[in-house]
Amino acid sequence: MRESDPFEICRRQDFGSCDSPGTPSKGEFQATSFAGDSAFFSVQNAEKNEAVQSPLEVREPEQEQATTQDIKFSDETFALVQRTIRRYPEGRQKSALLPLLHLAQAEFDGWLSAPVMDYVASLLDIQPIEVYEVASFYSMFNLKPVGKCLIEVCHTSSCWLLGAEDIVRHLEQKLGIKKGQTTPDGKFTLKTVECLGSCGTAPMMMIGAQFHENLTLEKVDAIVEEWDGKGERSRYC
Amino acid sequence: MYRKHGGYESLKKALGMAPDAIVEEVKKSGLRGRGGAGFPTGMKWSFLAKPEGVPRYLVCNADESEPGTFKDRYLMERIPHLLIEGMIVSSFALGANTSYIYIRGEYFYVLRILEKAIDEAYAAGLLGKNILGSGFDHDCYVQIGAGAYICGEETALLESLEGKRGNPRLKPPFPAVKGLWDCPTVVNNVETIAAVVPIIEMGGDAYAGIGIGKSTGTKLISASGHINKPGVYEIELGVPVEEFIYSDEYCGGIRNGKDLKAVVAGGSSVPILPKHLILKTAAGEPRLMSYESLGDGGFATGTMLGSGGFIVMDEDTSIVKNLYTFARFYHHESCGQCSPCREGTGWMERIIKKILDGKGTLADIDLLWDVQSKIEGKTICPLGEAAAWPVAAAIRHFRAEFEEYVTRPEGIRDVRHYYRVNQLEPA
Ligand SMILES: Cc1cc2nc3c(=O)[nH]c(=O)nc-3n(C[C@H](O)[C@H](O)[C@H](O)COP(=O)(O)O)c2cc1C
Ligand code: SF4
Ligand code: FES
Repeated sequence: MRESDPFEICRRQDFGSCDSPGTPSKGEFQATSFAGDSAFFSVQNAEKNEAVQSPLEVREPEQEQATTQDIKFSDETFALVQRTIRRYPEGRQKSALLPLLHLAQAEFDGWLSAPVMDYVASLLDIQPIEVYEVASFYSMFNLKPVGKCLIEVCHTSSCWLLGAEDIVRHLEQKLGIKKGQTTPDGKFTLKTVECLGSCGTAPMMMIGAQFHENLTLEKVDAIVEEWDGKGERSRYC
Repeated sequence: MYRKHGGYESLKKALGMAPDAIVEEVKKSGLRGRGGAGFPTGMKWSFLAKPEGVPRYLVCNADESEPGTFKDRYLMERIPHLLIEGMIVSSFALGANTSYIYIRGEYFYVLRILEKAIDEAYAAGLLGKNILGSGFDHDCYVQIGAGAYICGEETALLESLEGKRGNPRLKPPFPAVKGLWDCPTVVNNVETIAAVVPIIEMGGDAYAGIGIGKSTGTKLISASGHINKPGVYEIELGVPVEEFIYSDEYCGGIRNGKDLKAVVAGGSSVPILPKHLILKTAAGEPRLMSYESLGDGGFATGTMLGSGGFIVMDEDTSIVKNLYTFARFYHHESCGQCSPCREGTGWMERIIKKILDGKGTLADIDLLWDVQSKIEGKTICPLGEAAAWPVAAAIRHFRAEFEEYVTRPEGIRDVRHYYRVNQLEPA
């Protein structure tokens, strides 16, 4: 689970475990909903090419007048989507959900808004709820906007043994934010994550699909400065 | 390039054999699953149900999320064709016309490498219809995960591959009977499938000649932590642990000439052992890198080979703080279906945090022991146990350190928790 996960309340391990010795439960209620994340609720139905109604609209009628935006993959991505779906037997197209969500996240600003998830549901001919429940389960899917450069520092054992805490502290100071936050200019989001399979080259962090290993504070500085000058968004795929 | 070095020769050989004969060779080789549980691969294959007219699947587990483990990444990155050859040979033995490699989401660049290798294999007629004129058809695809450790558990992996949340299934039915889309399925680790290639090449008996006792063959060990030469090492099973840690051929000893304190020998889930028990068994025999030797003494004085994630800690390491990173990890990754795991992992994380913060009491240590003891055997999948074992082992072998945290909270602040990044000197 990521720090900024708006679905935290519906996530498994935090259910009702409030009565703890010491520190309070992580699962404090957040007044976030799908609706709060986006201002538009209509998407295009891929096949019929007409606007479909999101079930969310029923819950948030006052938002109905909000701007409508057409959400559609580029032709190139759409071809990739078709190819991905064909990897699975007839009637098993739902299997393509994870790859499609990655593509959607890469194409639509690095996070999954409700309309984007509804669009993916329409492509796979499944219910939107089937997409929401999956998107909220996996920690690589962002359900809130993230900065252009998403920095994820591993803080599990091997990385911790070699100074991950120093890296996090240094980044917090340098960026002027706490972990889990995004800089006001929307450039950087800083997160801590669990083991990313680079324990032999610890400490490490990831930016988009790029692993940065054997980190030193100087290396971190250089990487941050490079991203500061870049206009583009870090991408997983 | 791979073929120039004798690649895909095993495939040619295998396609000339009867599928059952391949399973037989794998049985003879004594190969045991490299994903963590160490279950004999040939036996697993022979359990596969073969009802008429129902497709069978081979699924390769490349989720690799066990903290301390990074060997599959290395294998796929450096020799992707070895895995693909293994996938085709294994699928032929199992009669599977389709296979999937499920890779963790963070390894996106490895996915690209695998996809490229698969394209090359198709172009060379090694995948697709009528492979090398044998009449065997096979398609292999890579599926990407999205950051969930639990999807390494085989039934959760299958759920995820079906496009769902990674909630483990109740067993039975086992995947061999009802797996992917309710069809018979074999799930094997990357390293296991890759090992099938040399087994076919040299024959099961010759492979069984490598290693020691029932720990046959070689194993990739991911070595990390306070050692001079972290990295992935292929060892013949049976190498003494002492040699593995200190020889220049492997880890090259402890950094900065420090003394060894403890080792987590097989990935975060296995019990941690203090120096005297990792180098020698309770009976004083040298401990070897093998399933049996590491397991010697049960959990009282032994541990497990697990996935081969070998994390080494030097004399100054805080065992409690290291345990906290594990506890936080398991709390984060529990899927939440079973109360003992969902709640227990949260309790363990919070109690350890409280102790670390110097706010704990001696009763909290007992409470922690109590919580961990109530998880094992009461959950759907082994993640619950994987979360409890490290806690139990840390208290078993390092109780004095926990007590120090609660009785001398000020003094403990002087204990170094970790290395400073730059100078690799005590903080
Ligand atoms: C919580 C949990 C996580 C697991 N993670 C992995 C993993 O990342 N990679 C893996 O190969 N096996 C993992 N396993 C083991 C698999 O369930 C399964 O036993 C293995 O893929 C079988 O392959 P093998 O017989 O070749 O080892 C995990 C098991 C559990 C309970
Ligand atoms: S033991 Fe934990 S991870 Fe496994 S099914 Fe139960 S709650 Fe999920
Ligand atoms: S512990 Fe950081 S990558 Fe494994």
